[in-house]
Amino acid sequence: MSGHVVSVRTNITIFVALLILLFATVGAAYLPLESLHLPLALTIAAAKAVLIGLFFMHLYYRHHLTWIVSVASLLWLGILLALTLSDYLSRGWLDIPGK
Amino acid sequence: METVTTHRASGPPAAPSDEPILEVQFDDLEQQHEASSVGMWVFLATEVMFFGGLIAAYAVYRAISPSEVALASQHLNVGLGCLNTVILLGSSLSMALAVRAAQLQSRRNLLWFLAITAALGACFLGVKAVEYYQEYREHLIPGWNFQIPAQVAAKSSSLPLDPRRFEMFFVLYFFMTGLHAFHLIVGIALVSVMALLTWRRWFSGSGETQIEVTGLYWHFVDVVWVFLYPLLYLIDVQS
Amino acid sequence: MSAMAVEFKEDYLQAYRLKSWLLTTDHKRIGLLYMATITFFFFVGGAAATIMRLELMTPKGDVLPSPDAYNRLFTMHGVVMIFFFLIPSIPAVLGNFLIPLMIGARDLAFPILNLLSWYVLMIGGSIAIGILIFGGVDTGWTFYTPFSTMFSNTMVVPAATAVFIAGFSSILTGLNFIVTVHTMRAPGMTWFRLPLFVWALYATSLIQVLGTPVLAIAVALVAVERLLHVGIFDPALGGDPILFQHLFWFYSHPAVYIMLLPSMGVVAEIVPCFSRRPIFGYKLIAFSSVAIAVLGFLVWGHHMFVSGQSMYAGMIFSFLSFMVAIPSAIKVFNWTATMYKGSVRLDTPMLYALGFIGLFTMGGLTGLMLASVAIDVHVHDTYFVVAHFHYIMVGGAVMGYLGGIHFWWPKMSGRMYSELLGKLSALTVFIGFNLTFFPQFVLGYLGMPRRYYEYPAEFQVLNVMSTAGASILAVGYVLPLAYLLFSLRRPPDAGPNPWRASGLEWQTDSPPPVHNFEEIPIVTRGPYQYSPEGAEAIDGNGDDASR
Repeated sequence: MSGHVVSVRTNITIFVALLILLFATVGAAYLPLESLHLPLALTIAAAKAVLIGLFFMHLYYRHHLTWIVSVASLLWLGILLALTLSDYLSRGWLDIPGK
Repeated sequence: METVTTHRASGPPAAPSDEPILEVQFDDLEQQHEASSVGMWVFLATEVMFFGGLIAAYAVYRAISPSEVALASQHLNVGLGCLNTVILLGSSLSMALAVRAAQLQSRRNLLWFLAITAALGACFLGVKAVEYYQEYREHLIPGWNFQIPAQVAAKSSSLPLDPRRFEMFFVLYFFMTGLHAFHLIVGIALVSVMALLTWRRWFSGSGETQIEVTGLYWHFVDVVWVFLYPLLYLIDVQS
Repeated sequence: MSAMAVEFKEDYLQAYRLKSWLLTTDHKRIGLLYMATITFFFFVGGAAATIMRLELMTPKGDVLPSPDAYNRLFTMHGVVMIFFFLIPSIPAVLGNFLIPLMIGARDLAFPILNLLSWYVLMIGGSIAIGILIFGGVDTGWTFYTPFSTMFSNTMVVPAATAVFIAGFSSILTGLNFIVTVHTMRAPGMTWFRLPLFVWALYATSLIQVLGTPVLAIAVALVAVERLLHVGIFDPALGGDPILFQHLFWFYSHPAVYIMLLPSMGVVAEIVPCFSRRPIFGYKLIAFSSVAIAVLGFLVWGHHMFVSGQSMYAGMIFSFLSFMVAIPSAIKVFNWTATMYKGSVRLDTPMLYALGFIGLFTMGGLTGLMLASVAIDVHVHDTYFVVAHFHYIMVGGAVMGYLGGIHFWWPKMSGRMYSELLGKLSALTVFIGFNLTFFPQFVLGYLGMPRRYYEYPAEFQVLNVMSTAGASILAVGYVLPLAYLLFSLRRPPDAGPNPWRASGLEWQTDSPPPVHNFEEIPIVTRGPYQYSPEGAEAIDGNGDDASR
């Protein structure tokens, strides 16, 4: 019944990778990237989350159900953000105050 | 255990004490483990949406007033935030090793790693408290002692800045990090209880399911911070 | 084995002491605890509605002391009915009772969590009742900002707390159902052998788990802004009040499907049984449940067409709202097709189910009218909207709930009720409901706004009709309470399968034994084994299938 046992070596490798990504994201913040800061920071954060999910949370070794649950939660977060922002970002398009 | 064995057509023999107890509604240990694990994953999906409401509020205000948000985030301490990220990532490593120890039924290692995890969690809260204190000193806590810093007030007279949106960033900052800290406190309590129960040899079996599920929660709290750190601290560090 | 076989003849109702109820982890008993709780809240909310209808019988305000009292009354009606009756109604009562029985499990995956979620609801409910006693709230159940955060001087924060807490009850129930359906199905119970009720409850649980936390955070932000006077939603403090509406409706629109989907599941069980026909289009109905749950999350902006939301977002939301009609219509057509050439019997549950189909269709079609921006701008915040959502929530959700209660009452209690009174109640509810709410469509289209305490005299005739209908409706709701409770005085007489239905839950005793099945059944067939020829179930008592 016990799930896959992740080796100490894998765990430490992942930890080191996470630290590298952390310093990458801090470093990137100091680069003159202008509007690319946010996408880059979110990409790195997503990469860290994926590493934590896959190895620390054992998603890599588990069957599809937990995959569906974790992906669904992100999808729903995406729905909330996308449709809410669709309102705010399109408000100025029509030349009527408040619309 | 009687109820378990009685209603089964071919019940297992009375379980030895180092086997996990099988709850009456399950057929076998694998099903029981699976249910607990899936249950925690579904709960974490709920948690994603719980933080999601705040992230949506954050996204909206960042989208409609980017300069105020950028200006406000410069008042956060990037270094301490980075230190805290390292601490939390370390605690996640320790938690992952604790789960491994539970799977391998190594009680001594399990106790050690749980203790380290809880201690790193407490360190995080300590650093966070230092940050909060700095913000208190700088009069940046909305609803308590908030004052627009002088240099921002000077800027906002020349630039089209809305000082209320500047304050709003701190409302969201304190709500988001506060909610995260609350989750971490719950996590520390959970890990401590797990350590105590392991120490008292309370678990039937090695408590593998319980430790694993606690670990899932802990890693989730870590993942939340992984997103909060760049979203709150690293918006505009250059200027 | 023989000793405990005797033990299993004991049904789940056998222990009578209070403690055996308050500390029970049996999903069937917890279902009954929920039933008692929500029945109480239903009559609390119903009492508020009665007073409102009395007030609206005359154009002048004369029953209530002030417009403010009326505001508090409709708010409490909404809060109690939505958060403490409709949302827990079918999932927590029938879902709790039936899901393990239908999938062939001994209990839900987390029985203690299940009991905990009832206590959580009780805590939230107690706060709600406390608010009712100590002064009430006047914001409407929607808690719109900035009125709720800055201007209302009523008990907004306690109300937000009650909703926050009740939300967690709903989340825990949904979580339990999702895990149970995934991990606890009996051998052979594949996904496409699940009863459609379980599919519907599964889709409902998705909404509960993924939507409710956003409502929780929205009301928490309201409480923070109100208590600390920091800007989040109040424009005077730099906030955007429409953001609250986004967060609120992200949950509260899908919440309509929390109320409706389970009723659709109930109807999908009742219609084949009383038509003696296998359900038409099983997979389409199953997938349409999930589709409604998913699409339901994409349409919330149709509540905000006149709020100042961007017109382009309004167009997107309008289009997506029309999409929800597709899976809803699939269901209606499939139920109707199931009845075609069937051997239809008009027993009480079937009458309720037919009532559901008719009223839901009305509610759904007027929903399409409201989803088109131009009409919505015209009738926004009028009684047209009130009538529409009552056709969905009362005509839909409550009809389905009552139909389900009548269908499974023999299983829950072991007793039959008076069929004559049952049919009478179904007809009374149907007639009373239409008389109450159809005039409100007309009122709204003529321009009578909602949430007003007085109105111009020209609207009186229709308002009197509505009040008269409400009194008939009240009789229709009290009647089942009386005869169902009365049926408990008799010894159990229903037998395991009084409707000769083919679901797994009918193959165990009525009332079921403590752990549902003497042996976990091995499932070899789908849930709707009916044939109209001779109107005979293939095997009504399930002898060959489960042993």
